Amino acid sequence: MDFLYGLLIAPFADFAFMQRALFGSLMLSLGACPVGVFLMLRRMSLSGDAMAHAILPGAAAGFLLYGLEILPMTVGGLIAGIIVALGAGAVSRFTIQREDASMAAFYLISLAVGVLMVSIRGSSVDLMHVLFGTVLALDNEALILIGGIVAVTLACLAIFWRALVAECLDPLFLRSVSRMGSPVHFIFLGLVVLNLVGGFQALGTLLSVGLMMLPAAAARFWTVRVEPMCVLAVLIGFASCIAGLLLSYHASLPSGPAIILSSGVVYFCSILFGTRGVLRARIVHHRHRTA
Amino acid sequence: MTNACLTFRDLTLGYGSHPAIHHLNGIVRKGSLTAVVGANGSGKSTLMKGIVGVLKPMEGAVVRMPGVRTAYLPQQSELDRSFPARVVDLVSLGLWPKRGMLGRYTKEDRESVSKALMAVGLGGFEKRPIDTLSGGQLQRTLFARVLLQDADLILLDEPFNAVDAKTVGDLIQLIKRWHGEERTIMVVIHDLDLVRQNFPETLLLARQPVAWGDTKEALRPENLLKARRFHEAWEENAPWCEPSGHDHAHDHGQDHHDHAHDHQHGSGPRAA
Repeated sequence: MDFLYGLLIAPFADFAFMQRALFGSLMLSLGACPVGVFLMLRRMSLSGDAMAHAILPGAAAGFLLYGLEILPMTVGGLIAGIIVALGAGAVSRFTIQREDASMAAFYLISLAVGVLMVSIRGSSVDLMHVLFGTVLALDNEALILIGGIVAVTLACLAIFWRALVAECLDPLFLRSVSRMGSPVHFIFLGLVVLNLVGGFQALGTLLSVGLMMLPAAAARFWTVRVEPMCVLAVLIGFASCIAGLLLSYHASLPSGPAIILSSGVVYFCSILFGTRGVLRARIVHHRHRTA
Repeated sequence: MTNACLTFRDLTLGYGSHPAIHHLNGIVRKGSLTAVVGANGSGKSTLMKGIVGVLKPMEGAVVRMPGVRTAYLPQQSELDRSFPARVVDLVSLGLWPKRGMLGRYTKEDRESVSKALMAVGLGGFEKRPIDTLSGGQLQRTLFARVLLQDADLILLDEPFNAVDAKTVGDLIQLIKRWHGEERTIMVVIHDLDLVRQNFPETLLLARQPVAWGDTKEALRPENLLKARRFHEAWEENAPWCEPSGHDHAHDHGQDHHDHAHDHQHGSGPRAA
């Protein structure tokens, strides 16, 4: 019993930084995982990745001007992300180019600008910090910011749920009964940016998209409805955060990658053992009914 | 006219600078049942898109009777069949005009969903994931959604694609019931026998109306022949259509003379 306590509870009970890290990352999962589910269902999984890179120049600008401060970097990241999201979204809505291509173009430009800016300032340690973040150093400011982002995300999802589902399921129908199609698309892109920015101090710009996509991708193997899929993704996100933080504590691993790798393990298990996974489809012998 | 559900005023719809519907004038009476007939590329689907408003007119306007609720069943739906949704989720979208984005679905709403499914012969399909439906079943599901929209103006673009003969019969009965309820219905359709048997009015299109009115009149052999001679391809260097075109002696094909003609006489359903 003591052993289990020492293994699972003590790290969180004894250290304030672990509590903050746990609290922050659980909040992040609550907002980011449902957003990830919709990102996946809209076949924009890689757009999330692109958006994560697009945030870099904004964060770098904040970093150049104010040093390693969370607020300026976050606001900068938010602005850069929204510019890229709106720009790419607008190009795909109003020209013949599809979103994947316009997104790729915008994010690559943005990423190049970002790397350029960070390298002007100097050391690669700084770059590492922006790219990989550190969940163990979340301060109150950062936690409040994450809390705000989660609240906004959940509120938006609750309000626009039906429109979001309709826009994913049958966009032409939505256009024929309502004008919500375009607004809801941009609101959704805004949520993606918001959650990536929320995640980037904890997990870094490169990995913050991991907590968004991996639980969502894993949840896809277990259910055929959207609502349970979102709940399941959040639960997988929670489990990954706890497991990742414990792993990082006990094995002295960097926390960000540990969290993402934990959800990676869940993802691979889901591929294999999910109710819609490989093994069930291949190995379990199905009996069939007469009709 | 007061009972016009739809009024086309010099309506030109198209893609790029090329018209697919060219200077269409006329009205669709409230409560009428019209078949829209024509060769491929004659502008039938384009007209539907123009009426719904997903395609903006290049010139002119479609005027809808104020307060008209429209339901539209497109020929090529942008439906994502891999989306994790059940039949009942898809059909429930038809409640949007009634409940909007935020309104709760009530018990009656759920019952009306079941009734709509029953009406298209899909009773008991509520819980089926949409990716397990056959093509025809999906089409009927979309029909059920139209049913649920409870619209005054119903636009169906080739609704009988991939639907078996028995179901076509059922769906025609459904359309006739709507017709009886004074709804305005326009159906794009290729099967002329079906049109002759079931649709009182017909609009025969070939970029502009070749004939529009009583079905028997509209589908007379000489009209069909005229529609068949319609030139489908765009001409990259077709001359520009000037607003005052019919005043001048242009020699750029018969299209323009025809439209000038329609213009003066004010085409539209001439038969009651």
